[in-house]
Amino acid sequence: MSASITQPASHGIPGGARDHSVAAQLSRRRGRANLIAKVLCFSATAVALVFLFAILGTLFWLGFSGLHASVFTHMTRPPGSEGGLLNAIVGSIIQTFFGVLIGTPIGLMVGTYLAEYARGSLLGNAVRFVSDVLLSAPSILIGLFAYQLLVAPFGGFSGLAGIAALAVIVIPIVVRTTEDMLQLIPSSLREAAVALGAPKWKSIVMVCYRAAINGIATGVLLAIARVAGETAPLLFTSLGNLNWSVDLTGPMSSLPVTIYQYAGSAFEDWVQLAWVGALLITFGVLALNIIARVVLRRRS
Amino acid sequence: MSMTNEGAETISAMGGMEARSHAVMNKSRISIESVDFFYGASKALKGINLELPEKQVTGMIGPSGCGKSTLLRVLNRMYDLYPGQRAEGRVMMDGQNIIAPGVDLNQLRSRVGMVFQKPTPFPMSIYDNIAFGVKLHEKLSKAQMDERVEWSLTRAALWGEVKDRLNAPASGMSGGQQQRLCIARTIATRPEVILLDEPTSALDPISTLKIEELIDELKSDFTIAIVTHNMQQAARCADQVAFFYLGELVEVGTATQMFTSPREKRTQEYITGRFG
Repeated sequence: MSASITQPASHGIPGGARDHSVAAQLSRRRGRANLIAKVLCFSATAVALVFLFAILGTLFWLGFSGLHASVFTHMTRPPGSEGGLLNAIVGSIIQTFFGVLIGTPIGLMVGTYLAEYARGSLLGNAVRFVSDVLLSAPSILIGLFAYQLLVAPFGGFSGLAGIAALAVIVIPIVVRTTEDMLQLIPSSLREAAVALGAPKWKSIVMVCYRAAINGIATGVLLAIARVAGETAPLLFTSLGNLNWSVDLTGPMSSLPVTIYQYAGSAFEDWVQLAWVGALLITFGVLALNIIARVVLRRRS
Repeated sequence: MSMTNEGAETISAMGGMEARSHAVMNKSRISIESVDFFYGASKALKGINLELPEKQVTGMIGPSGCGKSTLLRVLNRMYDLYPGQRAEGRVMMDGQNIIAPGVDLNQLRSRVGMVFQKPTPFPMSIYDNIAFGVKLHEKLSKAQMDERVEWSLTRAALWGEVKDRLNAPASGMSGGQQQRLCIARTIATRPEVILLDEPTSALDPISTLKIEELIDELKSDFTIAIVTHNMQQAARCADQVAFFYLGELVEVGTATQMFTSPREKRTQEYITGRFG
């Protein structure tokens, strides 16, 4: 049986005898195609990295040179009077924190509904579609939405409206990652929990969430990174505040809005502070990512 | 091949189902009566009648797709998880039809435990894997729980291997250990019936041997049903063997009778490896 395959002459095998020069030619052609694809891949990576490092480099270069202790101790002040960013930093932390705090549980529950309860149902598909649309909606629309709902009727800009706008941005991100992560869990694990007599909610909370915790946490981190840098929704809602204010019912300062105002100004020290603010957001998000990853790795 | 039961001679001549099961088998723990099963429109089980004798092992054999696992999943209502799957007929346990609507499924599943083909340790410690199921149905003190964990791990022949690392994640165990953990987890809730769905098909021969010894040991306390593709395993473990083909129960009898003098030609052909 094997003899008929190894023999050079064709013994009833369609296509005729094997020609080694054809094989070599095909191999050379594959080699060339491989080389071209490889070069293209490396060049694309190089282009992406060049831009990334150009941005980060400029940020570090201009940001670090303006990073003084006064940035963390002084409020934003008129140009030329040694201002800082304290109110903007605190305002950003407050709004991001509460926005994520409100948006995460809602997103988590919607994602759980989609993955565990609504597989293939009409309502589930509709919710998933709406959530995906929301995920890609321009954030300025979400700002306008919060403005119409929470600013215009109450007659004033407020930190609360800013928090609401950020929460609306957080929800679809957490929904998507939660659903994706829960769907990766093999049904055998769910069946195993149910087979012990566990009610469905218990198998979700005790088993599925535990199995998906890393992915879900990554989604929350993504959401934090996203809203920490959001400017447009805050322009219409918390507006910004030149003075110290932690009053959620009044206008509240934030880093992105301050950067937006300062970077476009004609004053050198304001532009400098805008770079510092950008550096702080970038580093804050990066540090949070690293911490979360270390904690999650230690847990598992 | 070691046979577990005597009495093949008394059976072969009689033929009738009642006569056979009363000859060697204990009284029935679960009676499956004319059960049909549907995946949507397709019928996967056709009029199954089978008794699971108390504190004995029933082996279910047959080619892939013949309905053995489906029948197992009827007995703990696992199919209820999936819309479009339904069972008809009666499955009687203590005078109650467990496939009727209105049965408390969580309670049923605490009485009819199940171990799956692939080990499914939960993403938590070895200790918590066992405590999880127990906590669902009982309120135990820490000391009582410790005892229960030790008892179930001992019964599952795993205690010696894990007693020093009860708080380690279960995912770090070997496949065979994980499967014994799943068995320990199941018996920890003290079910009356244990369903084993090809429990050794993902394991190496040594682990398989350990699980088979375990099954033999466990039947002093539990009624067991095991689905297997391994004929030797059925012969080694089972008291009663049921052969399924294309959704029908072709033949049921003691292991000895089924493997030495099957009445049906299809059984004969399957156990001698001519198809399937």
